[in-house]
Amino acid sequence: MNYELLTQLLVNGVIVGTLYGVVAMCFVLIYKSTQIVNFAQGEFLLIGAWTCWALLVKFELPFYVGFPITLAFMVVFGIVLQMVVLRPMIGEPIISVIMVTIGLSMFFQSLMSWMFGGYAKSFPQVFETESMNILGLQVQTAYIMSLVSSVVIMIAFYYFFKYSKMGLAMRATAFDQQVAQSLGISVKRVFAASWAISALVSAMAGVVVGMVNGVSSALSFFGIKVFPVVILGGLDSIIGAIVGGLIIGVLENLAEFFDSQWLHLGNMYTIAPFYALVIILMIKPYGLFGTKDIERI
Amino acid sequence: MASAHSRMKCGEFRTTYQQDTTIFPTPLARRVAVLSVIFLLVAPSFLNPYFLNLGIQIGYYGVAALGLNIVVGFTGQISLGHAAFFGFGAFASAWLNNTTGIPVFFCIPLAGAMTMALGLIVGIPAGRIKGLYLAIATLASQYILEDFFSRADWFTGGAYGAMANPFSIFGFEFNNDQRYFYVVLFYVVIMFLFGTNLLRSRDGRAFVAVRDHYLSAEIMGINLTKYRILSFGISSFYAGVGGALFGHYLGFVSAEGFTIMLSIQFLGMVIIGGLGSVMGSLMGTAFMVLLPELMEAGVGLVGHSAPGLTHALAYIKEMSIGLAIILFLIFEPDGLSHRWRMIKAYWKLYPFSY
Repeated sequence: MNYELLTQLLVNGVIVGTLYGVVAMCFVLIYKSTQIVNFAQGEFLLIGAWTCWALLVKFELPFYVGFPITLAFMVVFGIVLQMVVLRPMIGEPIISVIMVTIGLSMFFQSLMSWMFGGYAKSFPQVFETESMNILGLQVQTAYIMSLVSSVVIMIAFYYFFKYSKMGLAMRATAFDQQVAQSLGISVKRVFAASWAISALVSAMAGVVVGMVNGVSSALSFFGIKVFPVVILGGLDSIIGAIVGGLIIGVLENLAEFFDSQWLHLGNMYTIAPFYALVIILMIKPYGLFGTKDIERI
Repeated sequence: MASAHSRMKCGEFRTTYQQDTTIFPTPLARRVAVLSVIFLLVAPSFLNPYFLNLGIQIGYYGVAALGLNIVVGFTGQISLGHAAFFGFGAFASAWLNNTTGIPVFFCIPLAGAMTMALGLIVGIPAGRIKGLYLAIATLASQYILEDFFSRADWFTGGAYGAMANPFSIFGFEFNNDQRYFYVVLFYVVIMFLFGTNLLRSRDGRAFVAVRDHYLSAEIMGINLTKYRILSFGISSFYAGVGGALFGHYLGFVSAEGFTIMLSIQFLGMVIIGGLGSVMGSLMGTAFMVLLPELMEAGVGLVGHSAPGLTHALAYIKEMSIGLAIILFLIFEPDGLSHRWRMIKAYWKLYPFSY
């Protein structure tokens, strides 16, 4: 057994897992408040990362200017997307809603490839040191930053939902739209806000991943990886998204480890979460923390 | 389902259940269908190869799209893994023909049966879960099968792909577009007749009942698990036959062709054509096959003034497909077949359409 590799992979798993957790949180946020399954979540990461890249490289803005502009752009983007495309879909059957977000994903993915090319492009250097030495392990600085920012985002989410007025309105809308509306909550604004927040946070995750791996259309695969995570955690649970993200992140790195040591099948890193997904769906379809649907006639 | 009234002339009333369950709604529709098949039978003699190729594409994709419509449009389940079944059919037919030497003529339906067996297995989760959860489960099966295609060297040839022999009967090879057109046409007619007939049968009505209100259906004695899995099986059979036709047409099957993108395109065909409409599947397929060609022609027209567009053709094609799906869902969620019915109803009652 190669313990050094194992620990390195486990650390990677935790770091990637928190990123999965953040993206899954954005997914759950949209699903909880608007009942829309967002297959275009990965494209949010992609668009955010490319926007930031363009601002930094093409317009040569410093990071502390370019990054806030990216976030502001993503907020506007999320709201416009919700108003133009998703609002007509309220009350439509689930297949239509799924297909609209899939169509969006296809559209934006090819638009981004058209605008920025199909190859990975690297971010300019943001941090001075490439990697840090923590307890004998080499960890990239951007990874540390991603871990820190993920934890900050998670705590911010917690306080937002617990104490802010908009957060409470969102929880009320998620619980029952009609009741929320009759209590004076503007459901339209809640929907717009949840898309805006989701786009903003996903873009942050996208920029972080872009810094480590370079920006390419591979980023949108995060949007697919989010499904094992949310199914494991439960589709409507924010806590579940974080826990699920960590588990799937560690799981795929463990699969990689076992594969490289004994199995030699290849490609396990990508495919293991999907096997996990099928198994979870068979055993416990509502996930670890999800609420079970109770249907009444 | 559109109401039956919009399809009827004001002077044409159905008085028996037999009249209500005919294959073709009106005698005119039957004549048009027969005439168009006759037209297609003579078409290869004068159509140029470009249009023949498009026709063949519409044929094999159309068969698979009808299969998807059975599971999505009729049974109300969601499948995001149809391309994987399509691919499995293509590989299965090539593999059967190459390893056992069974003639291609028998391989195509056998490949359909093999894909059906696979679909019944993959469909097992459908007995337990539905809606969104099922969509995600089928998404997982898409990736798992894709992974299987790339690693199962004995079955798919792995990274090299598999050769598929041309279709032949008694040594007569259907090795060019003009001849192969008939093979595809034969399967399209058979499969679409079978699809229409399925809906007239008890099983077909059970599918629709499961879609419309599964609890009521269960109370009326329909075994939900059985019919959900069965609809996956039938859908996979269609996908397998379509895939086999595809494989023997191209002569070469490679694992890269059956990605999630193709699954999305199949769903797009079904939605654009109209969920729950047999002929709609064909209309949607024609739309989906012709749209990229139209884009190519359009870019070709303006290509001199904007050379950047020519390089971006592949992206423009994909974007147009995504956009078409979005626009149809927002503005015409019932699809082309609904629009077609509206046009027919308008002309039927033409001067006094109130």
